[in-house]
Amino acid sequence: MPNLETDSKLVNDEYKYGFETVIPQDSIPKGLNDDTIRAISAKKNEPEWMTEWRLKAFRKWQKMKEPRWADVTYPPIDYQDISYYSAPKRDAANAQEIDEEMKRTFERLGVPLHEQNALAGVAVDAVFDSVSVATTQKDKLAELGVIFCSITEAIQNHPELVQKYLSTVVPTGDNFFAALNSAVFTDGSFCYIPKGVKCPIELSTYFRINAVDTGQFERTLIIAEEDSYVSYIEGCTAPSRDRNQLHAAVVELIALEGAQIKYSTVQNWYAGDDEGRGGIYNFVTKRGHCRGKNSKISWTQVEVGSSITWKYPSVILEGANSVGEFYSVAFTNRKMQADTGTKMIHIGPNTRSTIVSKGISAGRSRNSYRGLVQILPSADNARNHTQCDSMLIGDKCSANTYPVIECENHTAITEHEATTSKISEEQLFYIMSRGINEESATSLVVNGFCKEVFKELPMEFSVEAVKLLEIKLEHSVG
Amino acid sequence: MSDAELKIVNLHARIEDKDILKGVNLTINRGETHALMGPNGSGKSTLSNVIMGHPSYEVTDGEIWFKGQNILELEPDERAKLGVFLAFQYPVAIPGVSVAKFLKSSADAIAGESRKSAGEFLKQLRENMKFLEMNETFLNRFLNDGFSGGEKKRMEILQMLTLKPSFAVMDETDSGLDIDALQVVSKGVNKLAGPNFSLLVITHYERILRHIKPDHLHILIDGKIVMTGGPELVQELETKGYDWLRQEFGQEVLV
Repeated sequence: MPNLETDSKLVNDEYKYGFETVIPQDSIPKGLNDDTIRAISAKKNEPEWMTEWRLKAFRKWQKMKEPRWADVTYPPIDYQDISYYSAPKRDAANAQEIDEEMKRTFERLGVPLHEQNALAGVAVDAVFDSVSVATTQKDKLAELGVIFCSITEAIQNHPELVQKYLSTVVPTGDNFFAALNSAVFTDGSFCYIPKGVKCPIELSTYFRINAVDTGQFERTLIIAEEDSYVSYIEGCTAPSRDRNQLHAAVVELIALEGAQIKYSTVQNWYAGDDEGRGGIYNFVTKRGHCRGKNSKISWTQVEVGSSITWKYPSVILEGANSVGEFYSVAFTNRKMQADTGTKMIHIGPNTRSTIVSKGISAGRSRNSYRGLVQILPSADNARNHTQCDSMLIGDKCSANTYPVIECENHTAITEHEATTSKISEEQLFYIMSRGINEESATSLVVNGFCKEVFKELPMEFSVEAVKLLEIKLEHSVG
Repeated sequence: MSDAELKIVNLHARIEDKDILKGVNLTINRGETHALMGPNGSGKSTLSNVIMGHPSYEVTDGEIWFKGQNILELEPDERAKLGVFLAFQYPVAIPGVSVAKFLKSSADAIAGESRKSAGEFLKQLRENMKFLEMNETFLNRFLNDGFSGGEKKRMEILQMLTLKPSFAVMDETDSGLDIDALQVVSKGVNKLAGPNFSLLVITHYERILRHIKPDHLHILIDGKIVMTGGPELVQELETKGYDWLRQEFGQEVLV
């Protein structure tokens, strides 16, 4: 029978990904204790070391307090009122039916999973609630020695790699949500790019939250061996519901000598309604480690969804001459709240980092940039350039910036530029006087404002991002 | 009023509680070129903004008819689609939006169903740019972003040539232009001239009127047109010089 709880309603919304897939679900009861963790671990047939690792993280989490320093407000979260595992119920009798339903769901989200009409040039790992339901183009990638699979599979099939790298960038006790994730994470992607391989196609994960009252705890690990290259894309959507749901992810990137990782996100979780009811709490720890010299990690994020975003994709620049980049567009509307930015930690000499953040606030939303640039004594000739621009649409929203620069090396140079502007009546009038209506005019100005970030996205993705922002803006004008 | 392209009747307008236009009457027939002169603060730019529909100005009385339709309730983009164009005195920059993208979006919006293909559009745009002696690198620059004053004015005329309005207001397009740039701008305007194009040239200088010949001339002072002359007056001014206007209406009418 379909698992349809009645006390959480789907709400009418222009959010086109707000539908729900009705399928039998295999969920574990709400609540969080040792048994919950053992149950998740058992569902995933995990080896004992993994179960122990989770339990250790759980012990740490139990002693931690939820951070409240971010510029966001929300009622207390009852961690015992969440189901920590939900997956399509698949048995011999309905296996084919479920597979087809999954394919239809992802098709509707614009992510074809049938190998024959899979997106050209992209391999997709599709994560539905707590499990990865399909990974495309695996065989093609295997020929190159690239491992691209769900983290669950990686724990079973590549335990040595997982044990070597997991939590080496984000320790289990790094922060409250990272500890929670370590205890209860359910799925996510694993990518391993061998030495010297330039991955010829984009690797991508599509995260879909479907079930009611579940949390999604995504765990992603990407390892780029010496002189390798990979471009990874992540997309996210969820049904429009009048209750909040938690998405607490941990993403770790490791770039060894001469390796490059390009990580792009388009985050379009359901953002709640006009009064701020419902939507996803997106509390995410993303961090990359430029471990080897001449390595490079770039984060590009387009954040247009979630009722609350708490996210600081960061780079630890340890290898000499390594490069960290952070390009971000964060759009908030209605009563959305975003507190997002980055940390660039310069350890090695000649390390360079670039931060370009574009925040757009509309409706009654709050949008904050929070960033840390830290230059340690060992980071001779480190360079940072930060550009932080905010744009306001209407007069009921707010934009804040909290940049921190800590410099302990006198040869370092850091630059910080910041602007705040209101979308100007003069600009709109000028554009409209050329026959372009107000919505399109606003969209032109905003897209122009975000241009520097959009050009960092892979081509097709960039087109999508522009369209997505246009749709979001349609309901912000007037 | 069959031939009237634009008919302004008893127009009163204000901005932030300050009355600027105090009963302007002006009729421009199809194919005519009118010049409007007046001292700073007399309401010339207000008039052009109100014709185009700037949201900051409040029309407190009067009407603006365009092609037989009262356009006061229309949004600026709707007025543009009817064939109204304003060459701005101070064009604003749109960072991140290239000239090519902007002009294509704008031409498409105005053409509606009959829009041109990208190739055809670019071909024509390049021809127009060549005609206005503009470098092709302009296509990829962000609109008016970091443009010099002269470049911005040429860009306005390029837009006018591209959108082919049936009626245009040029709001002090000649201010700050050197003589070469002025000639290029005038060349662009004259390319559009014909029985189906009417023009209102707002200026402080007589020199532009040597390149773009008006059929009528109006003097605006303190929100009202205080003098209107037809071809005979224009003819007379051309032979006798514009000094007479200075004597009559003060030094500021003509710089």
